[in-house]
Amino acid sequence: METLERIIAEHPFFHGLDKDFIALMVSCASNVRFEAGTYILKEGDPANTFYLIREGKVAVEVFAPQHKPIIVATLSVGEILGWSWLLPPFQWKFHARAVDDVRAIALDGKCLRTKCEENHDLGYEVLKRFVQIMEQRLEATRLQLIDVYAVKR
Amino acid sequence: MAHRSEHVLGVDQLGKLIGVLARKGYEVIGPTVRDGAIVYDHVESAEDLPAGWTDEQEPGRYRLKRREDMALFGYAVGPQSWKKYMHPAEVRLWSAERQGGTFRILNNEVKPQRPHALLGARACELAAIAVQDRVLLEDKYRDPIYDQRREGAFIIAVQCTQAAATCFCASMGTGPQVSGGFDLVLTELIGPEGHRFLVATGSDRGVEVLTELEAVPATEEDRQQAEAGVEAARQQVRSIDTTGIKELLYKNFEHPRWDNVASRCLTCANCTMVCPTCFCTSVEDVTDITGDHAERWRRWDSCFTQSFSYIHGGSVRTSAKARYRQWMTHKLASWIDQFGSSGCVGCGRCITWCPVGIDITEEVGAIRDGGKDGNP
Amino acid sequence: MIMATGITTDPMLPQPYSVRDVAKETPDTFTLRLEPEIAVNRSSFQPGQFSMLWVFGVGELPISISGDPALQDRLVYTVRSVGQATHALVNRRVGEGVGVRGPFGTGWPAEAARGRDVIVVAGGIGLAPLRPLIYQVLQNRDDYGRLLILYGARSPRELLYRKELAAWARNRETQVLVTVDYGGLGWRGHVGVVTTLFKYARLQPAPAVAMVCGPEIMMRFVTRELENQGLSRDNIYVSMERNMKCAVGFCGHCQYGPHFICKDGPVFRYEQIRNLLEKYEL
Repeated sequence: METLERIIAEHPFFHGLDKDFIALMVSCASNVRFEAGTYILKEGDPANTFYLIREGKVAVEVFAPQHKPIIVATLSVGEILGWSWLLPPFQWKFHARAVDDVRAIALDGKCLRTKCEENHDLGYEVLKRFVQIMEQRLEATRLQLIDVYAVKR
Repeated sequence: MAHRSEHVLGVDQLGKLIGVLARKGYEVIGPTVRDGAIVYDHVESAEDLPAGWTDEQEPGRYRLKRREDMALFGYAVGPQSWKKYMHPAEVRLWSAERQGGTFRILNNEVKPQRPHALLGARACELAAIAVQDRVLLEDKYRDPIYDQRREGAFIIAVQCTQAAATCFCASMGTGPQVSGGFDLVLTELIGPEGHRFLVATGSDRGVEVLTELEAVPATEEDRQQAEAGVEAARQQVRSIDTTGIKELLYKNFEHPRWDNVASRCLTCANCTMVCPTCFCTSVEDVTDITGDHAERWRRWDSCFTQSFSYIHGGSVRTSAKARYRQWMTHKLASWIDQFGSSGCVGCGRCITWCPVGIDITEEVGAIRDGGKDGNP
Repeated sequence: MIMATGITTDPMLPQPYSVRDVAKETPDTFTLRLEPEIAVNRSSFQPGQFSMLWVFGVGELPISISGDPALQDRLVYTVRSVGQATHALVNRRVGEGVGVRGPFGTGWPAEAARGRDVIVVAGGIGLAPLRPLIYQVLQNRDDYGRLLILYGARSPRELLYRKELAAWARNRETQVLVTVDYGGLGWRGHVGVVTTLFKYARLQPAPAVAMVCGPEIMMRFVTRELENQGLSRDNIYVSMERNMKCAVGFCGHCQYGPHFICKDGPVFRYEQIRNLLEKYEL
């Protein structure tokens, strides 16, 4: 548990969070591993966890019947995977697949969201951090949407 | 001025001046009446000059009118500038022929040119020539075509003694007084003393030419009459307030007035064609029907065309708003950063020859007044 | 035209070169190696400069030089077939002629970057004008600090110089990060816009010089991110593109605010043009 505590306390995502909240996070955390090629989460499944990636690369994928799956983003060391646990209906909207062997810290979202409801100070701290990630991903998505490298004809 | 001593020439000496210049090898270009306008063209004798004509100019309007006297230079400016002689509207840069899979360049030398004598250059036009010199001769590269024509040119400036309603050189600091850049400068004087010209020289070449004419020393009266003439030309109805104009236009890249002017502008490019400082050209290749001969031509082009800013995928300036803004902002603002002076000399041609009468002085005024609706 | 520096070849006159090799990079992008037909012509250039390439009977257009500046017996260009003239260029066969004018314009600040870390950020075909600079840095490895290459393309099959990217990464003190906007299942690299790569970059902003080339939108968000990363605007350089006809500052087509891109650019210090980049239809 000591290593987990140190990793969480030193991770930029949790930076500035007070000691009690860090302790709470640590109590919801566990080490996990995924072999290359396995799915970490699948579209439609209940979303009760999020991951702090410590090693390896994760591909976020979408698929449609007539298409091969498309990787829309990859996440790697230091990044956070998953925010669907925060909002109803608590279901994953995309697939996430381990591209390489992935080591991560899993955080129990179900437990955390209950705590956030009970303590809005904690809720605000958590939300503030996730909003930042959402903002970055939204910007990246918009830029992908523009398809800047395409030849206009 | 370097050569201040002034003389007087009788009107009969004008023809002689043309003759002397022709004998010295110049092709004399001067004002002449054609198609209802005063244009610059080859003049053979003083008979070709627009004796007794003047011009009436308003936004989108130009008319020749009879004068009460027989002044030879009793007009302001016509549609053309000397640009058409110094920076020709089209010129072949080279030709080439196909040789197997490759090519050989032919005829790339600058064609020898009989030097021009420009008779009747106004102060604003001399300022315009100086502006084009800066662009085409004084930057990283020199344009050999312009260089050759410019180098050989003999310039006879003529002071304005009246302004058209579209003139605003006084506010641009380029006129009406000619203050340099000429070989000879004339001021036309008509009165009880007769029809004559006050003449001063601006170069050794000018002195040489003058010695071949019958000039008499100028009197104080001649000088006073000449000064009064230039003073009369200083009375101009239009002006641009150039105070902080660069910052004004940079800061107003977004201004409702641009939409307003775009609703009137036809993007016809007339303003750029008549502008004596606009220098843009396109470079075009033409190939004959056999496909074995190619020529590269340089032609006047205009930032008002859509194709001007084309890069793969589309044009950068698609709207009329962007194109008018580009022209005016370059002319009056970024030109200063780029070449160290305004690109506008206040000749008023863009106002007169705009088919819908867009008036650059009014557009600047509207932006300066900061009206939110962009209405005049 | 006589250049002020005393070089007397007429910059308006195409010099005859022949195609020695055409290599396919992506489905629509090819690298052409040209050698002068007149052997005395040596082709020296600064990384970042461009030439005007002319195909007889078709037309002429500006193309950045993408080859090694140390090899002066050739000129190398990477051309994407997007229109008539580029189509004709990439379809030239070995032995056929191409007219070359130039090189023109400003280069990347290879000298100013000596002793400092170099950050190269490229998008799409924008890697081509940066490749000569990468060669120069790698050939003079001791003169520079760390080399960081961030490269984004539309999809894996649209990546240029894939083998070279891998080879560059094997140099010491060199990090190469590649991403694509859309990845298929076979793609094991990053997916996301090029700015997302900064998270994985080992970056020391203070002594670094950044050089950016790609579509204008991409350069806008990259320069913003470089500033976020702590680089000053003075140490960021971008390469611009506009219509060009003459390449010597006479034709006016590449007017960009108070600059001619052909002569004052294509490489600009970001600080010089920052205010212009944000303006629509300038």
